Order: sequence, then C-alpha cells, then structure tokens
Amino acid sequence: MTSNAQQPNRLSQGGRIDRSRKLSFTFNGTRYQGHPGDTLASALLANGVDIVNRSFKYSRPRGIVAAGAAEPNGIVQLGSTEAGQVPNVRATQQALYEGLTARSTNGWPNVQRDLMGLIGKLGGQFMPPGFYYKTFMAPASMWLTYEKYIRKAAGLGRSPNENDPDIYDHRHQHCDVLVVGAGPAGLSAALAAGRAGARVMLVDEQEEMGGSLLSSRENIDDAPATSWVEKTLEELSELEHVTLLPRTTANGYHDHNFVTLHERCTEHLSDLAPSANGRRQVRARLHRVRAGQVVLASGAHERPLVYGGNDVPGNMVASAISTYVRRYGVAPGKRLVLSTSNDHGYRAALDWLEAGREVAAIADARQNPDGELVEQARSKGIRIIAGSAVIEARGEKRVSAAKVAKIDIAGFKVAGPVEELACDTIASSGGFSPVVHLASHTGSRPTWNDDILGFVPSPVKGMTPAGGAHGVYALDKVLEDGVAAGSAAGEACGFSAASVSQPNVKNLREGAAVALYQVPHLKATLRGPKQFVDMQNDVSSAAIEVATREGFESIEHVKRYTALGFGTDQGKLGNINGMAIAARCLGRTIPEVGTTVFRPNYTPVSFGAIVGRHCGELFDPERYTAMHQWHVENGAEFEDVGQWKRPWYFPRKVNGKTETMHEAVSRECSAVREKVGILDASTLGKIDIQGPDAREFLGRVYTNKWAKLAPGRVRYGLMCKDDGMVFDDGTTSCLAENHFLMTTSTGGAATVMEWLEIWHQTEWPELDVYFNSVTDHWATMTVTGPEARKLMSELTDIDLDKDSFKFMDWREGNVAGVPARVFRISFTGELAYEINVQANYAMHVWKKLFAHGDKYGLTPYGTETMHVLRAEKGFIIAGQDTDGSVTPEDLGMHWAIGYDKPNSWIGKRALTRPDTKRTDRKQMVGLKPKDPSVVLEEGAQIVFDPKHAIPMPMKGHVTSSYYSPTLQSGFALAVVKGGHQMMGDTVYLPMADGQVHEAEIVSPIFLDPKGERQNV
Amino acid sequence: MFYILCPYCGEHREEEEFHPKGQAHIARPADPENTSDDEWGDYLFFRDNPRGVHHELWVHAVGCRKFFNITRHTVSYEILEVYKMGEQPSITAESLASAEKSQGVQVGDGGQQTVGASDSAAKDSRGTKV
Amino acid sequence: MSNAQQFDTRPQGEIPVESPLAYSMQRSGAPKAKAGTKVTMRERPFLGQLTLRGGAIVLDEALREVVGLGLPGEPLGLVQDQAGERSIQWISPDEWLLIVPGGEEFDIERRLREALGDAHFAISNVGGGQTVLELEGEAASEVLKKSVAYDVHPRHFSVGKGVTTVFAKATVILRRPSEERWELVVRRSFADYTYRWLLDAGEEFDIAVEN
Ligand SMILES: [Zn+2]
Repeated sequence: MTSNAQQPNRLSQGGRIDRSRKLSFTFNGTRYQGHPGDTLASALLANGVDIVNRSFKYSRPRGIVAAGAAEPNGIVQLGSTEAGQVPNVRATQQALYEGLTARSTNGWPNVQRDLMGLIGKLGGQFMPPGFYYKTFMAPASMWLTYEKYIRKAAGLGRSPNENDPDIYDHRHQHCDVLVVGAGPAGLSAALAAGRAGARVMLVDEQEEMGGSLLSSRENIDDAPATSWVEKTLEELSELEHVTLLPRTTANGYHDHNFVTLHERCTEHLSDLAPSANGRRQVRARLHRVRAGQVVLASGAHERPLVYGGNDVPGNMVASAISTYVRRYGVAPGKRLVLSTSNDHGYRAALDWLEAGREVAAIADARQNPDGELVEQARSKGIRIIAGSAVIEARGEKRVSAAKVAKIDIAGFKVAGPVEELACDTIASSGGFSPVVHLASHTGSRPTWNDDILGFVPSPVKGMTPAGGAHGVYALDKVLEDGVAAGSAAGEACGFSAASVSQPNVKNLREGAAVALYQVPHLKATLRGPKQFVDMQNDVSSAAIEVATREGFESIEHVKRYTALGFGTDQGKLGNINGMAIAARCLGRTIPEVGTTVFRPNYTPVSFGAIVGRHCGELFDPERYTAMHQWHVENGAEFEDVGQWKRPWYFPRKVNGKTETMHEAVSRECSAVREKVGILDASTLGKIDIQGPDAREFLGRVYTNKWAKLAPGRVRYGLMCKDDGMVFDDGTTSCLAENHFLMTTSTGGAATVMEWLEIWHQTEWPELDVYFNSVTDHWATMTVTGPEARKLMSELTDIDLDKDSFKFMDWREGNVAGVPARVFRISFTGELAYEINVQANYAMHVWKKLFAHGDKYGLTPYGTETMHVLRAEKGFIIAGQDTDGSVTPEDLGMHWAIGYDKPNSWIGKRALTRPDTKRTDRKQMVGLKPKDPSVVLEEGAQIVFDPKHAIPMPMKGHVTSSYYSPTLQSGFALAVVKGGHQMMGDTVYLPMADGQVHEAEIVSPIFLDPKGERQNV
Repeated sequence: MFYILCPYCGEHREEEEFHPKGQAHIARPADPENTSDDEWGDYLFFRDNPRGVHHELWVHAVGCRKFFNITRHTVSYEILEVYKMGEQPSITAESLASAEKSQGVQVGDGGQQTVGASDSAAKDSRGTKV
Repeated sequence: MSNAQQFDTRPQGEIPVESPLAYSMQRSGAPKAKAGTKVTMRERPFLGQLTLRGGAIVLDEALREVVGLGLPGEPLGLVQDQAGERSIQWISPDEWLLIVPGGEEFDIERRLREALGDAHFAISNVGGGQTVLELEGEAASEVLKKSVAYDVHPRHFSVGKGVTTVFAKATVILRRPSEERWELVVRRSFADYTYRWLLDAGEEFDIAVEN
C-alpha cells in the first residue's frame, strides 16, 4: 500500500469542508487523505486521481464527470470487510469517513492497465451496438458461460459473501405535503406549506440541505445564499409539523401519492453502523410515505455536450466544476476550456478563474452570446470564441488539449478551421434537463418544452413541480416558484396560504440558449472519434446512428438495442442527448421521437433497507397455539402449516439415540391404533354462526343437508365453489337452533370466513345470520384411540356412555375442572374426543390429560401421524387431495351431496354441466404399491402403459402417500381418470430415475371400511 | 399501492387492508337450474377487461370486513368513486366519455353510521345486481 | 330469546391460567426500564371480550341498560366508562367490541341476550382469543410508525378512536384510549410475533416491559 497525502488539487481556501480535520481513506489499495465534508469523489479529485474506472464495453479509462446522482463513471465497490461490501456506490454521493475503503467497480485486474483494455481497443472497431446479443446469445446455452466472464471483466459490482450484521428499519409516514429536494425551490415550498400549518416532510439526498445554493455564486438578501439556507432550515426545524430528512432519496413515486424514501442513517460514518449508547443503530431506513400533495423540487441535471473523446478523464459537466471548486475547495485541473450552448455554463469558467486557475477559452456555440454572465467573463478577460464548440478532446488517460472549431448547428458540420488549445480540463454545458424521473414513475410521460430545451413533468394528480424540475432556472424565479408550489400544495390539503416574503435576489439578464446536443466533427459520426452518450454503458453517438440505420425508429427500441440508459445511473446524463441524436438521424424533432420513461428506483437501494426488520425471526409471523411451550419442551419437530407452527412429530430418545421421523411416526400411529394418542388441533378454523337463518345459510354453502341437524349433533360438510369444485371441508355442530359452530381446515380459515361473508353480503343479504371468527378463542385437543374413553372418564363429568354420547355428538361439561365442549368426531377412524376449552386454560387441561394418561400409554402425535391415520381411512385434506379441479363426485363422496335440497346451493348447478359429468374425470382412489416397501412420491404421475412411447398419456397423480405401520405397507391416495371403475387394475408410476413403480387401484379406505372403530 | 376510501369506515386506507374480488355487479342467475350451460359458463368464467373505467368489487378485509364497489380507471389507476353494496356507480365509461372528464376524483359520501347499513344497502340490490 | 347457546368458559375453582404472552415473556424476556426508556409495554390479560353484532339502535339501548355505556356514535369510535375499565369500540357498521373486566362477560352476555329478546343479533365470546397490549411513552407513536401503515399522528388519530389494521405482517385492533396510551388488541396466535416485533422495533427507544 502506497501513501499519498498531498491533495495537489485542494484549494488553499473555500468550500464547506472542515480543514482542521483529516480523514484517511483507501482507493484501489492506495491511501489518501481528505476532510470531513468531502465526498469520495471530491477527495479523489483533490488527490489528483484521474482514472476511477474502466468502461463497461471498451475498457476505456474514465474519470469523474459529475457531482451528484447523475455520475456515470465514479461507481465504486465500498467496504473494508467482506460483510461490509456494498456494490455500485456513487463516489459523488458517498460522504468521506475515516477508514473508507473503496475499489473501482470496473477494470479487472486494475484500472491503470487492464486485460479488457486490449480487447476493448481491438474490439472497439468490431463491437457495434447489439454486439452482446449478436455474438453471445447464440447458442443460447452458452450465454451463462459468457456472461460470467463478461460480468467479471466488466465488473458490475459484487454482493458480500457474508451476512450483513447491520439492522435496518421501515417507517410508515403520512404528511400533507412531501417536498422532494431541499434546494432553493424545495426550501421555499417547505417554508410556504410549513408556515401554513401543513404536515410537511422535506427530503434531500445530499449530506447537507441547500442543493445548488451550496455552491451558488449568487447572493440572497445581500448575503451568500448559504446564509439564507441556514436561516430557512432553522425556521423549518422549529415548525412543529415539519420533518427534515437529509441523506434521504425519494426513490419511487407510486400510485396515489405513495413515495418511498431511502434514508442513509449511518453510511456517512463508517462501513458498518456504529453503536450509540450501547444500542445498535439503524444503518438505513425505508420510509413509506403517503402524501396528500407532492412538491417535486428535484432540480435539474446539466447535460454534457457530446463530442469526440468526451470520455477522457478531465471532461466534466460545467456545473460539477463549480460544485467542486465552491463546495469542496477542489479545482480538478490547471487549465480549462469550456464548451457551452448557454449562459449557465459560464459560471464554471468564472469559478475556475476565481480559484486561481487558468481559463484557456470559452467555446460558445451561440453566434452572439450576450447575457450578464457572458459580460462578466468578458470583463475578466476570458477569451470567448463565439459560434464554436469543442469538437474533440485529446489525450488518453487525461485531457491534454481541446480541438475547438466554428460549427454550423443547423447543417451539422464544422464550419471553420480547427484550433487546438492545450488544457487538462474540458467543461461542457448543453443546458439542463429537469429531473422528471419521479413524475414519470407514475406512468406520466414528460412533455418537451422548447423554451427550456428539455422535458418537463406532465401533470400528475396531487403533484406540483417547482424550480429546476419545473424548467425554471433563474434563482429569483426558482424561489418564487417554490413558494407558489408550497402554498398551492398546502391549500390543496386545506391550509390557507401563509405569507412568505420573496427574498431579494438580483435578476441576472440571460441570453438565449441554443439547442446543441451532439457536436459535429470533421469526420462523419461513424468514422470520427468516439463520442460517448451513455458513459456507464459505453453507448456512443455512432451506436445510436447505427441503430436508426438498422431500422429502429422507436426510442424504446433504440434504448434496448444500444443499452442507452440501462446502467445503474439510468442514463441521467445521456438519455436526452441520445434522443436528440436519434431524432437527428431520423430527421425528426425530439418531441416527435419522444422520451423513454424511468422506473423506480431513482438511485439503487440497499436490500437491507427494502427488507427492514422483516427478516430472520421476524420474517413472517409464527402463530402458536396455547400448548406451544409444551410442544417445544417435549422435543417436537415443527411443521409450517400456513403461518402456524404445528408439531410435526415428537421424536423420543431411545437408548441415547433420537428417533428418526419414520420411527417416531410408526410409534405414534401404533399408539393411536392400539392405545390412545393426543393431537393439538387448535389450528383448525372455527366460525361462530348465529341467527335465525343460520341453518338455511349452511344449506346453501355446504353440498349436503343441514335442515335436520339437531342441537347436540355434529355433521361433516363439503364446500364447493360455484364451479362445482371442492374447496374446503370440516365439521359443523349445532349448538342451538339458531347457533352453529363451523370448523374449517387450518389453512382455509380466513378464506372460508371471507367466502361466507361475500355470499351473505352480496347475494343473500336477506338472510339473518352473523359470522364471527373464534379460532383463537378455543384450544382444541383430540384424544383418540381405544383407551380414549377410559382416560376421559377420569377427568370429566360428562356422561361418556356410548349410547348417550354417540359418535357425531357433542356435549358440554368440565374437563380437568375447566368448562369444555367435547365433540365426538374422528379424523383417525378411532374412538375420539375433541376437547375445546378457552385457550387461556388449555395448558392446564393438556397437562392434566398427561398426568392421567401415562398409564394408558397416552402419546402426543403430530401432523405427520395425523396424515397417515386419516389417509388410512381415506379422509381427504382439502388443498392436498383436491386442487380446485375435483368435484365431490370425483372424491366418491356422493353421500355428501344433497341434489334434492330445495335451494340451488353453491356448486350444484355446475355439477350438471357436461364436463363435470364426464366419466373419465380424475377420480379419487387408493393405491397399493405392489412392493409394500415402496412409498410412492406425492405428485408422481400415473400411466396405464409403461411401454408407451414418450410422451406417455398421463392418467392421474398421487395426492397423498405414506408408510402405514398398521398395514405394514406403503399406501397412497391418488386421482386417476375413470378410477372409480378400475378397482383391482394395475397402474404404473415412471420416476425420473428410470424406475417404474407398479400399484394396484384399491378403495381409498384402507382400514375399517365399515367405520366400526370410531363408533365403539 | 392504492389508497382506498372505505365507504363504511369513512376514510382512506392502505391497499394492504383490502382484497380485490374481481369485477363488480356479476349477479348470480336467479334460477341456476333453469340457466343454460352457456349462460352459467358466462357467469362463472367470463369477465370484462376494459382499458378505462372498470367497476370492481373489493372487501375491506383487515378493517370492517365489508364488501363495496370501486370505479377505477385501469390506465391511470385513479379511483373515480367508491360505493356501497347495492348502490349503482355514478361514473361509467359512457358518462365519463360524454362529460369528456378525465380529472377530478368523486367519492361516495363516506361512512356515516346507520343502523344495519350493510343490510339495508344490500337489500336494495337483491336479485338485481347490475 | 335468540335461541343461541351461551357457555361460560371460566372455571369455578383455582385453575392455572396462562395469558397469550406468558411463554413469550419467558422466552424473549421482558426488559426492565432504563434511564433512556421512552416507551413501555404491558399486557392486560384475561379481560372479558365480547363481539357484538346487530343493529345499532337495539344494541345501543341494551348496552346502556346492561353496561351503562352506549355505542360510539361514529365509525371508528371508541367509548369508555369513567374508570376506563369498560369500553365499546366500533369495528364495522354492524359490529362492536366490548371489553370489560375479566369475569363480567358471561353475566353481561346473558343480560344482553335477555334485553335484546327477539332482535336479530349475535354475541360471541372472544376473550380467550385475544389479549390487550398497551404502549405508553413519548416514543410509542414512533414504534407504531415502524409497525403500522395507519397514520398515528394526533391530528389524524385522536383519543377515542380505534381501527382494525395491518401490523407488520399480522393484524391488530389499534386504539387510543388516552393521550399517552395506545392499546393493541392482538389475536392470541399472533401475540408472540407481535411481542417480538415490538421488542425489536422498540430497541431504539430502550423499550421496557412491565408486568
Ligand atoms: Zn372499512
């Protein structure tokens, strides 16, 4: 590591940096020094670092050209540790901090001499637009191989290989007026709206608020503009309902004035967020703002001119020169040539001169430049060459000279002799482009404004542009525009405008600008030196011309063909120039060619900020039952069912060894079939249904009959959609004549509730019935197995006699001293009691059951055992054995269809459509593998003829498959075309590994087909 | 992310509180058994997909759980009005075209409490959801 | 009578009872107040909670008679008795949430059913299915801003208002019974997630948990 502490380009005074302190930082392995207040870019320029990257396609050396978000070249990889790596950071927006470590994003192995450079120089001639598509896309299979090397060489940045140790945050915000940008327009707007009493948020992407005023030459109220900034910020910070957010980029503008902001909380301090007062600090924060009104005061980006060699380090946009000189105290060169089409560019030359540097000449494209700034330059003796432009920059790793010539803009040709001026810096200004990005996120296409030679935002509901973003550039007018926008926005939110006096700003007489984008050269565009339009993607004027010649006329197509604006900078500097060149080539005007639109985000957002705290243990809700702690303490493995954590199985330790799932499930199954088991069934959805029409309603939403279900009884029901397809099932109990308790599948609870409501609210509002969810109120435990009655009898005062408390009855009483409703329903085929108690008492009841259950071999079981037991009985799980294409008849559940019910219940009509009557529909059957040790794969496809040529006709698939310890065999449920008529037939299941399983079609009820066991 | 005025709650809420339920005013045939297969198929499966004004059924799922209708412009995504179950839209593709009006949100008057609001509103619509 | 079944779910004897957050506080901890604590969280478990459905006029009359408290007059309204122990919150045009001290709810339901007679209504006991979390302190609204998209600014969310809304990736009923206090009515199964979320979001303000 070498060290360079000189800062040769640092001016001896001026700027908003703290010269009393030094910060060391490392760029590409070399240590440098800068000051607090620097950006990485200003510090690099202060240290005379010309080359910050190699270009994407041609590997040309590139330097910093801009001073803010528009920077296409100064894109770095940040971070001194692996976990702290951040790709694609704009050096122009990254505050300098002690120990900052950055590398060039592009340029492998290094920026000074790189491998791609050789290819680039060679390839330069041979890499037309569409090169990558044309060369590497065929054969398509090779693209992945090519891409890896292209990416490495071109260097698109890399993500860290270690976990990000930092924490991130989201804030939901609401305000009356959101002001985007805290330059002169934004500050004025915020002041106007804030004084009116509106809730205002003022956000700005920079380290300091003030925008262009931070490097302005102009005075406000006879003092430097920065004093006005300070005074205004002070007032704003004292207004109760005004929120100021610096270091915060408005990145996305979404429907109905929803704006996302990316606040970088600690990224100006160190690689990783430092802790404060012993607490972790948030590194970055995403604000999700719902604004009544948006004032878009995002300013304007200066357009560079497009001339030969305009990418050689030392070429910069004019306003960036002013910013570096005035705000950072850096003059990034010795001798300047300015090429401009307007008055604004002159500021760069004046600032340069005042910094004690030399201005070789100003090439002004206008024949008779005459504005006030022009006068100032003249009076200071600067040479102005009217009607001319820099047509080519000389130099390789740094500008060495500018070729200046008279040009004929209308004729697009050089109109006079070429003069070569020695210089190391060329500044150019082609005018300003309002930053319309956010407005166009909403889908609104910007409108061309000939007066300002730029696109301005088209109307967006609830949005007012102000200042530069509005195409207003003169400072006095900008301040006025800001106040007007802020007042209007406040008024739109119901706040009458407050008085905001217009500060005193000298009006600068401005000469008319001329429209100039691409500068003509002596040679035709295709043969001349490369003129770069989009530096990040290496798109040249020639590439755009080729695209138009190849027939691309739509600007959207030109963009995709050339990759114009595809980089991480979204073509902030190059897009308008590109459109202008396309327009010239196509012989149209810019508004005729149109513009492309921008999408969120305006600048890249870190994943951490997007995720916020929705990660790790808070990624998604985990829903727990009242017995969850017991499950954890008893070693349950959990399965996610929706958001619920359900015990999957309870492995035991046997002789110091933990059971496998297969062993645990076999043990649990046997316990239920031979003794007694217990399942936490609290997750089933439960809906309390009350009202005189409750019974009628049930009859319409279930396929079976409900007219005669008496209080004390329970019935199983199937629900269809109106297309006749099963979508949920469950039991519903009659609690009283007008009162029912419905259960739904665990995953279907919310869906069923909404289903009942939509039918009630939109189709049958005349039915008097209410639905309330009571899922969480009740905890449910299923005690099932031959010994269940004995165990229950020890704990309940309910009469358990099999003749008085029958299968499909429910009773109320106490269990373990807690009031309970007990339901004799069975999902295992065994004697079963489902105990429901108020959830706060559930743990007590659960533990009491175990205290008494030991002697009966009470065994907790989980969802896997539940599945085996229910599948042995042919009980379906909606959503597993059904998929929205299965009718009750397909399931063989004709017994649950009340075709003769008086109403046209949901699904009935569809069951008589020809398609639902087909005999070759996929029908539910059981499958018994010929080899009992085989457990078929769920989802495996079923064929009738395994010798059939591929593609084989697929006749069905496996929906549920398990090993049954009771049957001592694998078994499955499946849907097979015409399966109900194929009992005893053999079908085949060809697997991906070439094996073909054989299975016999059997009844889906594998055990106790008469249902005797549950009735004991 | 839409910002939707719930006509029952009477204020705007974030889209995440709502579920869209498709095209509004799809009436279930009054007598399904005497509806032809084609008509039944239309009811089940066929929906409009207009460029412009669209009437949609939504539910304030995480909120008051009431269903209501939205007139929305499918290009601008602007919500032109909201109205309760059983009510008719005041803005339609035709009315918008004839008024040549593309600006300005009109909203149903919001959410004043009435007894059994959902029932009375919905009862008006019985059998005649259009 | 409404011909519905009423069922008192509270046991008579001394039966151990566990709040929805019992496990969470044990597992995730309950940080004590520090010097910099700007928000305090506490659970108010085992309250009586009834969901009331029906027409506003008949319910209002019955409630005044039985609870001594009428329905809130506006959507999103929340009314309380003097002591702040009993409250009624608008949930929907035909739905209200009644919260009372634990143990009162069975008797209130019985008397309401009597008072409402043949009117069409429904009452569901939901007390075991949800718990009340309180947030108090100067940073309470900041913690809420990290958690709910609903606008909690005092201009928009005044005392006496309550809404059902999205909380992180779950849902809550959020209410403001007084200037300094917020209440979250949380579903039992989501209580642990909500608790862990609040601890994490409140770290910045040294959140404390009082029991
Ligand atoms: Zn609502």
